[in-house]
Amino acid sequence: MAAMAPGGASSSEIYKGNASRLLLPTWVVIGVFLLVPVALMATYSFLTKEFRGGVIWEFSLAAYDQFFLDRGLFGDEPPKIEWTYITIFWRSIWQAGLATILCLLIGFPTAWFIATRDARMRTVWLLVVTVPYWVNLLIRTVSMKFLIRDEGPLNAMLLWSGLIDQPLGLINTNLAVQLGLFYSYLPFMVLPIYAAVERYDFALSEAAADLYAGRWTTLRLVILPVVKPGIIAGCILVFVPSLGAFLAPDLLGGAKSFMIGSLIEEQFKGAAGNWPFGAAAAMILMTIVMIVLLVYARSQTREAKA
Amino acid sequence: MTGTVINIDRVVKRFGTFTALHEVSLDIAENEFFTLLGPSGCGKTTLLRCIAGFEPVSGGQIRLHGEDIAPLPPFKRPVNTVFQHYALFPHMTVLENVMFGLQRLGWSVVDAEGRAKQALELVHLSQFLKRRPGQLSGGQQQRVALARALAPEPKVLLLDEPLSALDLKLRQAVRMELKQIQRETGIAFVFVTHDQEEALTMSDRIAVMSDGHVQQIGAPREIYEAPANRFVADFIGETNLIEVPVLGISDGMAEVSLPGGGTLRCPTPLSRAVGQGILSLRPERIDLCPASEADLTVIATDQVYLGTDIQLKAQLEGGQEMTIRLQNAEATRLPERGTQVGLRLEAGAARLLSA
Repeated sequence: MAAMAPGGASSSEIYKGNASRLLLPTWVVIGVFLLVPVALMATYSFLTKEFRGGVIWEFSLAAYDQFFLDRGLFGDEPPKIEWTYITIFWRSIWQAGLATILCLLIGFPTAWFIATRDARMRTVWLLVVTVPYWVNLLIRTVSMKFLIRDEGPLNAMLLWSGLIDQPLGLINTNLAVQLGLFYSYLPFMVLPIYAAVERYDFALSEAAADLYAGRWTTLRLVILPVVKPGIIAGCILVFVPSLGAFLAPDLLGGAKSFMIGSLIEEQFKGAAGNWPFGAAAAMILMTIVMIVLLVYARSQTREAKA
Repeated sequence: MTGTVINIDRVVKRFGTFTALHEVSLDIAENEFFTLLGPSGCGKTTLLRCIAGFEPVSGGQIRLHGEDIAPLPPFKRPVNTVFQHYALFPHMTVLENVMFGLQRLGWSVVDAEGRAKQALELVHLSQFLKRRPGQLSGGQQQRVALARALAPEPKVLLLDEPLSALDLKLRQAVRMELKQIQRETGIAFVFVTHDQEEALTMSDRIAVMSDGHVQQIGAPREIYEAPANRFVADFIGETNLIEVPVLGISDGMAEVSLPGGGTLRCPTPLSRAVGQGILSLRPERIDLCPASEADLTVIATDQVYLGTDIQLKAQLEGGQEMTIRLQNAEATRLPERGTQVGLRLEAGAARLLSA
């Protein structure tokens, strides 16, 4: 072993020397497809709107003003806080949060089940979980609408079985949006947790049992903390897209389920749009997500130091 | 011998159609360093896991101080395990790892911490309390695993090849230390290994296993010098196994005829005469001698220099190969390749076993 160490070290030196060149494609992709669009959006949010969509290149805070402040119908009253958009944001956050929790509650046992099958069955189960994602999200969401609407097969079946005597009235409710979000993003919860559980060393569970821990204690004190990175990754991967989702609220929710994603989408769609306002809403959304991620990253580094 | 801690009574373990343990019975005494020794797949780890409770038995009983623990789940058995790859909780500090079992038993944090520190002192790791397992070397992790399993003062400590992941030098040092800790704590150790040297150096008693059967149970010396059968003779140490006709057996002594004429009296575990037997000849108990005094005459074929010893390869009359170990003293005169050599069998060199 000792004799091999210098060889290993020098070869890693070689890779280090190449690191900047190897990273070049990544930087190009991040630059062109992330930094430039974000900069563009940030710029647009500070411009003046053009009535048929698009922008006039003239600095303006109107978009943010519209988002946060209510100056009355004609804009001549003293400013009050505008609750409309904040309410939409707040609703989006708890909808996304709820969807995340739902995905976690279903996703964790699912991931656990898959990861504890033998290798061949694991592949089959992973395929079963991911196959629906080969179909376009729009089509899946529309299908969901057809499944749960009052005249759809779900209600028909429940009516036929006699469990209910009138349709559930699921469509156009927050619950329908929940279902849509849950169904859209469940694999994003299952896959990272699966990866974590698959790497989990089951000798740890045996060690816990050997040291007088029952099943729930083992789950709480050993399994969950060890697979936590997978759970966190899953939660972020579900929460973030749920927050900005617009298909599920648009197609499954009613007027009362309006979410950020739909609000932003509307600003860029058709003649009624307001690009600077849409860009501002998107910037605010991104800021919220960044704050959540930063707080999480902070708590992680603190924990690692402790 | 003092009282029995663990009584394993006709334990059977089946995995599907494969039987890993065939009615294994053995007793482990208090204070004892007991080793389960055998090649991989012999069932030694399975037996250990049955005692720990990780594998339910398919039949038989495991009694701890007379009480059958076979139906109990692992977390209700007062035994602890040192796992082969340690299985330390990676998200906890060394101290938290060692406190884990105590806290599950209802100890207060203060008491648990005190005991955990004692246990870590016993394994000389007091300076790493706040480290995580990932920041320790393999040898240090092994000590944490040992402290963690010892802290709750189990009735029996189970060790599943705990040294196999360490390098040779460290392994040899830890052996003596393990033995010493066992003596200090007075806890019965059940130690699983495939390494016969480990077993011989540390154990009070050894159970040699193969194919799910216990082949022999005895003190290291007994196992080595009076193997019960061909498997044990071959597995423990080196030996030459030579098929010979048996002339007679009485009172634990056998008379056999040697290749090239001549007869030999040697001890045997067999009680009645068999037509053919296997003669086990320990290579280090054979010496060179003039042909006139020889028990056995062979032709030297090759020699291997081993440092402390020199291994002489030779051919018996009839073509069978055998090995002789000679001490590498200055006076040692090695025969030329192809020459005839006389061999004298010293006391304890030969033992007749069933074919």
